[in-house]
Order: sequence, then structure tokens, then C-alpha cells
Amino acid sequence: MRTGDVADAASPAAPPPEQPAGRRSGARPRSAWRERLSRWDVRFSPYAYISPFFLLFLVVGMFPLVYTAVVSVYDWSLIGGKGDFVGLQNYRDVIDNPYFLKSAVNTVSIFVLSSGPQIVMALGLAGLLDTALRGATFWRMGVLLPFVVAPAAVAIIFGSLFGDRYGLINQALEWIGLSGVPWHTDRLASHLAIATMVNWRWTGYNALILLAAMQAVPRDLYDAAAIDGASKVRQFTSVTIPSIRPTVLFVVITSTIGGLQIFAEPRLFDTTLAQNGGSDRQFSTMTMLVYDFGWHLRDLGRAAATAWLLFLLIIVIAFVNYYASRRFGTIAGLRHRGRRR
Amino acid sequence: MTKRPGFLVYGLLTAFILGSAAPLYWSFLIGSHTKEVITRDTPPLLPGGHFFENAQRVFDSVPFWKAFGNSLMVSSVAATSVVFFGTLAGYAFAKLRFRGSTPLLVFVVVTMAVPTQLGVVPLFIVMAKLGWTGSVWAAIIPTIVTAFGVFFMRQYLVDAVPDELIEAARVDGCSMFRTFWTVAVPAARPAMAVLWLFTFMMVWTDFFWPLIVLPAENPTVQVALNQLQSGYFKDYALVLAGTTLATIPLLVLFVVTGRQFVAGIMQGAVKG
Repeated sequence: MRTGDVADAASPAAPPPEQPAGRRSGARPRSAWRERLSRWDVRFSPYAYISPFFLLFLVVGMFPLVYTAVVSVYDWSLIGGKGDFVGLQNYRDVIDNPYFLKSAVNTVSIFVLSSGPQIVMALGLAGLLDTALRGATFWRMGVLLPFVVAPAAVAIIFGSLFGDRYGLINQALEWIGLSGVPWHTDRLASHLAIATMVNWRWTGYNALILLAAMQAVPRDLYDAAAIDGASKVRQFTSVTIPSIRPTVLFVVITSTIGGLQIFAEPRLFDTTLAQNGGSDRQFSTMTMLVYDFGWHLRDLGRAAATAWLLFLLIIVIAFVNYYASRRFGTIAGLRHRGRRR
Repeated sequence: MTKRPGFLVYGLLTAFILGSAAPLYWSFLIGSHTKEVITRDTPPLLPGGHFFENAQRVFDSVPFWKAFGNSLMVSSVAATSVVFFGTLAGYAFAKLRFRGSTPLLVFVVVTMAVPTQLGVVPLFIVMAKLGWTGSVWAAIIPTIVTAFGVFFMRQYLVDAVPDELIEAARVDGCSMFRTFWTVAVPAARPAMAVLWLFTFMMVWTDFFWPLIVLPAENPTVQVALNQLQSGYFKDYALVLAGTTLATIPLLVLFVVTGRQFVAGIMQGAVKG
């Protein structure tokens, strides 16, 4: 910005006088100066515009992430600060902790229960929205409604709906003659309840992203499919889904990265005093373990090691999902082999 | 003229939206009764008359208004900052040619996928060193720039500002900054508004970082909800009245600006 300001001061509102030739001869030093400023302006302005972002991002985004690795190899207490270098001891301690494996499995389990159904529902919902609806904006806003509810609020509301004793869901189950489910104490049931929160909040949002991609599919593809006798459903699976494959991948990857960091939902779903994922940690997640190590046990070294392990887990699962959904896309898109990049 | 969809499509969409709204209604429903209502065999269908009474108990239990002010402050400062730096850098990436622009843009795109939330430990150490833990500034700082903000503005500005317009301004003697200010910024306004709303919402709903740096006396809305839940979880009328109160501001924002929200999400997606 500074470059811009200097140049701004140097070039008044009126355009500079025409100087077709002899500018660089030195005969008119003021113009030469102005010329040079203008050249600097062109050359350095872009850097002046991007550097505030990059500087701040390095400080608040990249540095903490990288420095997490540094903290993770020290004995580092929340109160006492940095201690001795301990190498990989923190990692060993975290991995040996019985709650580590449990939390990792819970995190992946909740993620699998939420991401799969969510993508399928979002695709279906986007398909419904990708019709010539009356009042399209109303419907689109409608499906986005849950997205503006904060995860903390979602967790509290669903925590009461899934109440073990007085929850609406169990009451409904009992009305139809089934027995209630211990949503908070049973491991799998708690994962299902938490996955329901995630699905409730994100399905509409993902559907809108998929809808945007669907609307870019050339309409004559559908006409051609219809002439070939393809039904609406067949058109959707054989034309729509293969055509929007890159966007499906995008949704899968972003929901992987976000989903594996889940924290607010399981924490506020918990009604025990410690709030770290149920009395037996049956729904404790990796991010909760980061919080637990760092701010309950006051061991920042182990918290950092856990964060770094979660980071690795995210990378691994993101790659698995990337290849899995590419395969899925390829199978669904066999008829479009020619269009593959 | 394209064929309008049949009742089946409208019916399914209506069912989905009712499902979306039902938990919110439940929250208000229980929040407007006394706390005994939840133990009844069948829950009530209509709201009761105790909402304000429950709200008053919320105000007595947690510093709700302080939390509200803090959330407002944190979210609007973050949103304004993200829009400012995002527009500046996004414009440079969209419209200016400079050495290294392609690798730098790739860097921005890649970092969008980086879970920066995992950097909480060093962030906390730095905030503690600076003595900022406990103040709203500690909650604001990590949110002041996002890679998404830069990418979003870049994608919009690539098409929204014709290159000829920029050249014309330059030929007329505008400096680079003046060109940015008088040509690009007015054209970018719709995207800036969307990015502002979006960031405001993301920061408002954020929970993990504020929980770490803010104490019970100086919370954001989400942190206050956590206190309410952990301290009074047996009193669902109280907790859900608080949850309803905490949700109303964003609902109002959504009703007023939902159109832009929808457009923004779809825009970011098509080009992303």
C-alpha cells in the first residue's frame, strides 16, 4: 500500500503531460522521476497488496502449525513453560495412552457415519433442487437454515432430543413399541447421534455446492439421454453425477478435513462434568484429546504431539477418500470415458 | 419453457425443510416451558409462556450480554479484516501480473485445506507470552486473515473487472492504488459483502479457540453456552432457552441476507 500512496501523491488527478520523446535524456528531471515512480508502482504494487495477507497468514496460520512440531518434542507445561528436549517421548506417551486409540477410532467412526450418508443425501437434495422450481431461492435458503446454527447449539439441542431418559427420540421409539436406546452411554449409538448432528448441519450446505455444479452441466446432455430412453433417475446417475465429479471430490475432501476435527458436538453432547467424551470416553475425539492434554492435564507437549498425530490422520484419510471417490466417480462415469481428463 | 417439477419434488423438499426446522422449534418449545415439562410422557406441541422467565434465569446464570457483545466484536472485526486483506490480495492475484504469482496462488489454494485449528498450542503459548489470554483480542487475532478470503475474492474479481477497464484507468494516469480503489473495489462490493457475512458467521459459531483463550467471566456466546450446558444440564428449559437466545441473532442475519448467503456458497463452488 505504501508504494501506491507514494505514487498517488506523485500523480495528480490530471493526467501527466504527454512526453513522447527525450524523457530519459534528463532534460526534464521531474518527469523522469515521475516516470520512475510509475514504473516502481507497477512493479511493486502487486507485492504490496499481497504481502499484508501473507505476512499475517504466516504469523497466525503457518507458524503455529509448524511450531506445533517443535513444542511436541519438548517437555512443555501449561504453567511452567518450556522444559527439556524429550525427542519423541511425548508421541510415545500419547500413543500409549489408552484413550488415544479409542479417540482415534471414535473420530473415524463418527466421520464415516456422517460423511457417507451426508454426501448421498446432499446429492439427492441437490438433484431435487436442480429442477425448475417455483421460488427457487426460498427452497435454497430453506435447506441452508441449519448451517447458521452454531455447532455448540446444535449439540445441546440434539443432546436433549437424544436424551437417554426423556429424549424425544426415545419417547418416539417407545410409542412405536421399540425400546429406548442409551444414546449417551452406548458407544455406537453415541457416534450415531453425533453423526446426525453433523449431517443435519452440513447436508444443505453441501447440497448447494453440488447444485451449483449441477447447473453447469450442459442441458443437451440430458436431452440426448432422454432420447436414448433414460429415465430421470438414470439421467441423474449416468449424466449428472459423472459430470460433477470434481465438485463431489471437493466436497468429500473439505468434509474430511472438517469432520475429523470435530470438537464442539461431542463435547457439548456430553452431560458428565468432565465433558471429555462420556464416562468411558465412548465418544471422545482426537481434538478433544488435544484439549484434554493441554488444558486439563496442562501438558502442552503432549497436546502438540496429539495435534500433530491428528494432522497426519487427516492427511491419510483425505488421500484415502480422494482415491476412493475417484474410483467411485470412474465407475459411475464409465460412459463418459472420453471426457475424462 | 422448462417443465415444472411435480408434487413429489415439492413434497420431499418440504419434508427436508421441516426436518431442518424441527430441532430449532424443539429448542424454543422446551425453552418456553418450565423444566418439569421434559419429564412428561408426551412433550407439548405448543410453546408455553415461560420463555422470558427462562431467559431471565439465563442472564442470571451466565454473562450473556457480555458474551453477545464479545461475539459481535470478535466476528465483525474478523470479518472486516478478512474482507480487507482478501480483497487487496485477491485483486493482485486476479488482475495484476507479477513474478511468482502462480506459485503464490497455488500456495493460497493449498493452505485452504490446511487445518489451521491444529496450531492452537503455539498460538496459546504466544498469547500467554503477550499476556493477551482472557481478552477478546486473543480470540480475534487468529481469525484476521483466511486463505479462503483471498481465493474467494480472486475468483470473483477475475470475471467481475474487465482488463480493459483497468488499462483505461491506467492510461488516464491513475496510480495502481487509485485504480484498485476506484475500479476494482466498487466492482467487488457484492463479493465483499458475501465474504463478510460468511466470515462473520464462521467466527461467530467458532468454539474451540475461544474456549481455550477466554475465561468464564469474559466469554463469547458459544463459550457461554458451554458454561450453561455444563453447569445446568439437568434444567433443559434453562439450557434450551439460552440456546434459542444464542441462535436468534444469526437466524435474523440469515433471514435478512439469506439470498446473498446462498449466492455466495454457490458462486464459490462453481469456480472452486
